[in-house]
Amino acid sequence: MQRKLLEGIKVADFTWAAVGPLTIKTLADYGAEVIQIEGRSRNPGMRVIGPFKDNTPDLDTSGGFNQWATSKLSVAIDLTKPKGMDLAKKIVAWADVVADNMRGQAMQRMGLGYEELKKVKPDIIVLSSCMMGQTGPYARSVGYGGPLTALSGFRHITGWPDREPTGPAGAYTDFIAPRFNTLAILAALEYRRRTGKGQYLDLSQYENGTHFMAPLILDYVANGRIANRMGNKLSYAAPHNAYHCQGDDRWCAIAVFTDEEWESFCKVIGNPAWTKDARFSTLPARKKNEEELDRLVEEWTINHSAEEVMTTMQEAGVAAGLLENAEDLQEHDPQLKHRHLYWKLEHPKQGEYTAPRPVFTVSKTPCEVRRAPLLGEHNEYVLKEILGMSDEEIAELIVEEVLE
Amino acid sequence: MTQQEAEGMLSPYRVLDLTDEKGLFCGKLLGDLGADVIKIEKPGGDPARNIGPFYHDEPDPEKSLFWFAFNTSKRGITLDIETADGQEIFRRLVKSADFVIESFPPGYMDKLGLGYSDLEKLNPGIIMVSITPFGQTGPYKDYKAPDIVAWAMGGEMYVSGDADRPPVRISHHSHAYLHAGSEAAIAATAVLHYRHMTGEGQQVDVSIQEAVTRTSHQGTTIPWDTNKTIAKRGAMFQSRARITNLWPCKDGYVNFMYWGGPMALRFNLPLIQWMGDEGIDVEFLKSFDWLAFDWRTAEQETMDLIAEPTRKFFMTHTKAELLDGAVKYNVPLYPVATTVDTVENVQLAARNFWVEIEHPELGTTITYPGAFVNASETPPVVSRRAPLIGEHNQEVYEQELGLSREELLTLKQAKVI
Repeated sequence: MQRKLLEGIKVADFTWAAVGPLTIKTLADYGAEVIQIEGRSRNPGMRVIGPFKDNTPDLDTSGGFNQWATSKLSVAIDLTKPKGMDLAKKIVAWADVVADNMRGQAMQRMGLGYEELKKVKPDIIVLSSCMMGQTGPYARSVGYGGPLTALSGFRHITGWPDREPTGPAGAYTDFIAPRFNTLAILAALEYRRRTGKGQYLDLSQYENGTHFMAPLILDYVANGRIANRMGNKLSYAAPHNAYHCQGDDRWCAIAVFTDEEWESFCKVIGNPAWTKDARFSTLPARKKNEEELDRLVEEWTINHSAEEVMTTMQEAGVAAGLLENAEDLQEHDPQLKHRHLYWKLEHPKQGEYTAPRPVFTVSKTPCEVRRAPLLGEHNEYVLKEILGMSDEEIAELIVEEVLE
Repeated sequence: MTQQEAEGMLSPYRVLDLTDEKGLFCGKLLGDLGADVIKIEKPGGDPARNIGPFYHDEPDPEKSLFWFAFNTSKRGITLDIETADGQEIFRRLVKSADFVIESFPPGYMDKLGLGYSDLEKLNPGIIMVSITPFGQTGPYKDYKAPDIVAWAMGGEMYVSGDADRPPVRISHHSHAYLHAGSEAAIAATAVLHYRHMTGEGQQVDVSIQEAVTRTSHQGTTIPWDTNKTIAKRGAMFQSRARITNLWPCKDGYVNFMYWGGPMALRFNLPLIQWMGDEGIDVEFLKSFDWLAFDWRTAEQETMDLIAEPTRKFFMTHTKAELLDGAVKYNVPLYPVATTVDTVENVQLAARNFWVEIEHPELGTTITYPGAFVNASETPPVVSRRAPLIGEHNQEVYEQELGLSREELLTLKQAKVI
């Protein structure tokens, strides 16, 4: 039988909103066995965050949950009951890895802190990812990715210098932290393989974001310069912007770095007279007259489709790219289609839906993306087949409403 | 410079890092985790050394702060793998390596006889990680993707920016390459797990475009797939009434959003409590029906009644005071931080996040972001500053590979090293 890339890794997954599921998704899609421990009695995370199919809230039809919680098993346990805690610990004893992304110190408060879990499984690897880390004066800080994108410095450096900051769209840090989390889990598993030792992994999403700011931090430390937002300008390229093309809100990014690229660019737009003007013939001159340059470039792009601008520029060796919206990404981009980034899945309640595979591919052991579980869908399977519990024991937990 | 002493998570492994700016972050992460990362540059140095900002604003390949930031914990050698001698040396290095990371155009390594199928024969356990703009295959595989193009084609740019101006990327260095580099590090470590099961390595294919799609799908592909809704930039400013999530304070801005529905009770009420405690009139805010509130449909008059006391309150405080108070009152509010605010943040200091790295040639130390995870057994360590051009040629070629001084000299004169 074909092996899976991450065969044999077992995860007890206590995560809820974005960062958690995205951390675990890569592992699950590549063959790790993941049990999501959730329930109705505590906040069911992504399941209550929309958008929902037909805009009708239902714990099983959250678009976010179903895209991100792929390839997992779900058990719904009432963790406020002692027997629920016992059950959760049985799953921890089975697992190699425990993960959560609740507020700082939440797991300790629930009685599931690292020290407790170590008693259950001495070599367990426990990952906690919260806003600002589990220690320090702001450990218990309440927040989410939107405001954290501001605190990490990204909002200040995104937008136009003559205006208030804009910020990258969405909860940007929610897409940085999972990469560090997944890496930390896999590296800690490798260390355990050699030494038999587990460990506690305390990740601060704020610190993770700060790594993406590193050159600008160094610029402040070494030079005292405070980085600001610059629209789409880059000091060593012009043109370098998003240009309006034919159609409603259709755009193409173009970036010209070298003299050779500039010549190719001019040829593509038909060598109009202005391109020979001294104001545009060298990079420093183009940088100096960049507003005028952008206006002239847009006079050309506005009469062409964004797809055509991209294709003709790229074929001439000039970097250009359509600003893809959701429909472009999922329905039209021939590259993403070729690479099978989006998987069509069949869900009993949502019907056919789409979820992305993990970002990287490997040559010998392809991933397999399976639809996200319904809440508590695998209660019986997990208790019986994985934990080896008897029918009587399971019936008792159902009657006592430990299983939800 | 301090040599790492304690064992790291990836200490037994060696990485040959051939990447340019597109992939530098991958080797940096593996190096911080303890791997022996050898950065291999063309004789004369990697072009990424010309990317600013520069130390004291002096453009010099040994003073690029961009280079410094993403090449810590690596040693550095020079080698021209386009020459036959260079290829021979590279093959010898591969025999004792565990990972090769590269970001050349698809097919380039194969053409040199150094593709995965060649390297696998020399060392079946080798794990080859390739980072390219669009991946190794497909109709766009030869397209160029500087950051702005990757940001555009990954979907994040279309939804970022003000509604009345072009969409924007994040200013300064490429973030797309950092997303791709960290995915590459995950992939490398994942294949290591597979290698321990089978004895075999694999080739990893990371597409920078795909890495960017993983930053935008919350706002784009989820609404599209669920309800065929296309997300637009500046949505908060296109609703019929306007309220901001960006509030001026004494010395800048803070980010806070009023929620509607059940989350409002958890997120809005603590702020209203705090404002009341400081003598702001919160009569309206306290009695307002937050469960029914939706900023997409609310009337401007309502928005103004909410905003007025809030604006007044924020203007009485600095960013640092508001951050401190937000933690005490459990308010999901954070300042819009500049790099100064980050460097001065009390939480980062309390967690000993920053590390001081010596740069003897510059006669100074520079403060860097430290461990990306606070790990109880084996935290990552920024073990050394970025290498100078060819800094470890002698160490690697003579002491580890066993070349004689004469051979080294010949190779140097032939411009292989």
